[in-house]
Amino acid sequence: MAEKSYDVVVVGSGPGGYVAAIRASQLGLKAAIVERSEIGGICLNWGCIPTKALLRSAEIFHNIERAEEFGLKVEGLSFDGTKIVERSRAVAGQLSQGVQFLLKKNKVDVIVGNGSLSGKGKIKIEADGKATEISAKNIILATGARARTLPGLEPDGETIWSYREAMVPKSIPKSVLVIGSGAIGIEFASFYKTFGADVTVVELLDRVLPVEDKEISAFAAKAFKKQGMNLLTGAKVTELKKSKSGVTATIDVGGKTETLKAEKVISAVGITGNIEDIGLEKAGVKTDRGHVTVNEWCETGVPNVYAIGDLVGPPWLAHKASHEGVMVAERIAGVKGVHPMDTSKIPGCTYCHPQVASVGLTEAAAKEAGHEVKVGRFPFIGNGKAIALGEAEGLIKTVFDAKTGELLGAHMVGAEVTELIQGYTIARQLETTEADLMATVFPHPTLSEMMHESVLDAFGRALHI
Amino acid sequence: MPIPILMPALSPTMEEGTLAKWLVKEGDEVRSGDLIAEIETDKATMEVEAVDEGTVGKLLVAEGTEGVPVNEPIAVILEEGEDASAADNLATPTPAPAPPAQTSPAPEARPATATVAPAPAKTKPVGGRIFASPLAKRIAKDKGIDLAAVTGSGPRGRIVKVDVEGAPKTPARSAGKAQAPTSSIDARAFYEPGTYDEIPLNSMRKTIARRLTQSKQEIPHYYLTIDCVLDELLKVRKHLNTEGADAGVKLSVNDFIVRAAALALKKVPEANVSFADDALLRHHHSDVGIAVALEGGLITPIIRRADEKGLAEISAEAKELATRARDKKLSPAEFEGGSFSVSNLGMFGIKNFTAVINPPQAAIMAVGVGEPRPIIVDGEVKGATVMTVTLSCDHRAIDGALGAQLLAAFKSYIEYPPSMLL
Repeated sequence: MAEKSYDVVVVGSGPGGYVAAIRASQLGLKAAIVERSEIGGICLNWGCIPTKALLRSAEIFHNIERAEEFGLKVEGLSFDGTKIVERSRAVAGQLSQGVQFLLKKNKVDVIVGNGSLSGKGKIKIEADGKATEISAKNIILATGARARTLPGLEPDGETIWSYREAMVPKSIPKSVLVIGSGAIGIEFASFYKTFGADVTVVELLDRVLPVEDKEISAFAAKAFKKQGMNLLTGAKVTELKKSKSGVTATIDVGGKTETLKAEKVISAVGITGNIEDIGLEKAGVKTDRGHVTVNEWCETGVPNVYAIGDLVGPPWLAHKASHEGVMVAERIAGVKGVHPMDTSKIPGCTYCHPQVASVGLTEAAAKEAGHEVKVGRFPFIGNGKAIALGEAEGLIKTVFDAKTGELLGAHMVGAEVTELIQGYTIARQLETTEADLMATVFPHPTLSEMMHESVLDAFGRALHI
Repeated sequence: MPIPILMPALSPTMEEGTLAKWLVKEGDEVRSGDLIAEIETDKATMEVEAVDEGTVGKLLVAEGTEGVPVNEPIAVILEEGEDASAADNLATPTPAPAPPAQTSPAPEARPATATVAPAPAKTKPVGGRIFASPLAKRIAKDKGIDLAAVTGSGPRGRIVKVDVEGAPKTPARSAGKAQAPTSSIDARAFYEPGTYDEIPLNSMRKTIARRLTQSKQEIPHYYLTIDCVLDELLKVRKHLNTEGADAGVKLSVNDFIVRAAALALKKVPEANVSFADDALLRHHHSDVGIAVALEGGLITPIIRRADEKGLAEISAEAKELATRARDKKLSPAEFEGGSFSVSNLGMFGIKNFTAVINPPQAAIMAVGVGEPRPIIVDGEVKGATVMTVTLSCDHRAIDGALGAQLLAAFKSYIEYPPSMLL
């Protein structure tokens, strides 16, 4: 049998890979996707989507707990952890089906197996102990990433969890030690806290959510502490002793040693690219610290071999992977006017309670880059809709270049900010200045009015504070 | 309310100008974009276009009037329903009520009196609106960049921030075509996709492409080559650098070349010119540009009045300009204008080359390496350090004999440096 040949073969079907394949096919290229596990990748099956389902349960639970505040009477409130997890799995399953349908609709061939580079324009596919080969004019590697592990903190599936186990608990543990306070760590901390676990978060750096603007980090930390979360910053787990009932952790907090018992540990210390077993070395694709090295066009340096998404490094975000997938597919198809990814225009969202969202430069980064800045702030307490919703805890901060009026960054903490950030992202993409944002009409009463006020405040013109 | 038309500032430094010619008369209907007058400054002539529409009520300044201050009313436009008597109140020049547009504060509100905009001579694309992001528009306004001369890299050719950052301010007359030149051949057609990397043009590369294509298409170049013996100059240079070492003096050969070129232009003023379609602009000073290679391009900062500056001053200024050029920190005023440039590739061992004239200048000198060569003096072969220079001239402005005179003057200064003291 003659081997199959394609214009584009994508290895990995996560949000980078499947989007790249669909776009390639839309542009008239013959495309296939190779997937060793579930269609949709981590995002859909073990990441973004199922965690959002879990956090939605937490949010509803939290709101019902507050029923009295809203004049409602609820008695006998309880939860069923198994059902919460079941719902999360069902949501993931539904979306994975959806992606399979989309691939089929777009005439993308789905090949099950472990794909690896096997010579110029060739991909070897291993499945069930058999190996076949297909040929491809262009290859897009989109194999994603997995949890990074630290020595002594290797997930064992029992007491030490990675995101994967943390997503499908058999029951809600009494106490959880979360190591790492990035988006993944903080979201699980928030989830388990809401369902009654004692949660401690250990962060190596001096603040939680360390990539966010300092003020937003501090605001979120205050809210987490108010909920009863124990935050240890500038801290490091130096030893973990496992026992039947859980672990005893020795933690160095700014030079002082503390010990802490917890039923479960969630290790969320970052992620590392899936660079193994895909034939990189033999093909001459370079890697650096666990990620494939690429230029701004996602080219690996090996002709016609591209790499996108988590595999090539931060920011590890599904929407960044998808965007790169589209960019590469369009470049391969020869579409004109394609631009490389500008990371300063990628928004980031964390679905803890309160939510955190941002785009562009933090105030500190803007100053470091030499900008003279104007900073605007608006608190949720000054917004009618926020008060009506009972969500008066939050802050919207905007950073402008004082000379040009460019919106350099926007940083938010509070209810629904993950849905609001897109307004500022569009503003950045279209290169609006403060004048256009000020001239835009924001509907009343909405949370979005705070976005307007924050801009006005940066130029000393806020109306409601 | 009659709308006064004010004398526009055609450049940030302009204080007054000559009203060369009215293109409308009293009673004419004008629409936004109509050309209404020609204004002359010491540098250029520009057309002025109307921003508002209405009827020309009164021309307040007679054709040919010199020294009209910026922001003084020069005419009055009547809106619908107003008659000429309404203009009488404005007939006497009133103090300028509005600051020039570029110093007005950030928000977009346009001062009601800013009713004229200098028409970027012949650069405005026919058929309408220029698409640019608000941020690009503001940066362009702050830097005095004419958006009509910028090629957009955004969706559907929209001009975005990167396109205007580092784009040169549009010079008065030489803006040329609005778009970067598109060559008639698409190079992509000849190569298999994937066998090359496509590097999109940055705004500097676009400007270089546009201006130099324009230069070679519009300027009839011709070339004059001459050899200069450098031994005397090198001796003087060594001496001056030793003497001045404590004061931090470190003259390069190029500093001598700039000074010699400036003096040669002074000595042959007919060659210190720019071609301006209907006139030659004979410059009062020798403003000499020095080509500086940058990452991804080049720029030619100008040493103003180099004829009035000593070697040490030229040397310090050249170093400072080159440093800021490499940091991309030059202001447009520092690389615009001039009448002559020096491009030196001697440090790469280049023996001789020809350079493309940088409009609106009329000549450029390509300088090769100073190297030991045999020369014949009084019938005998001798060793000497010799440098070959080639002058490119704009034949519209400088004829062959004149170019030769300029080059001969240059050679005499270079070969006998004490003459530079005179």
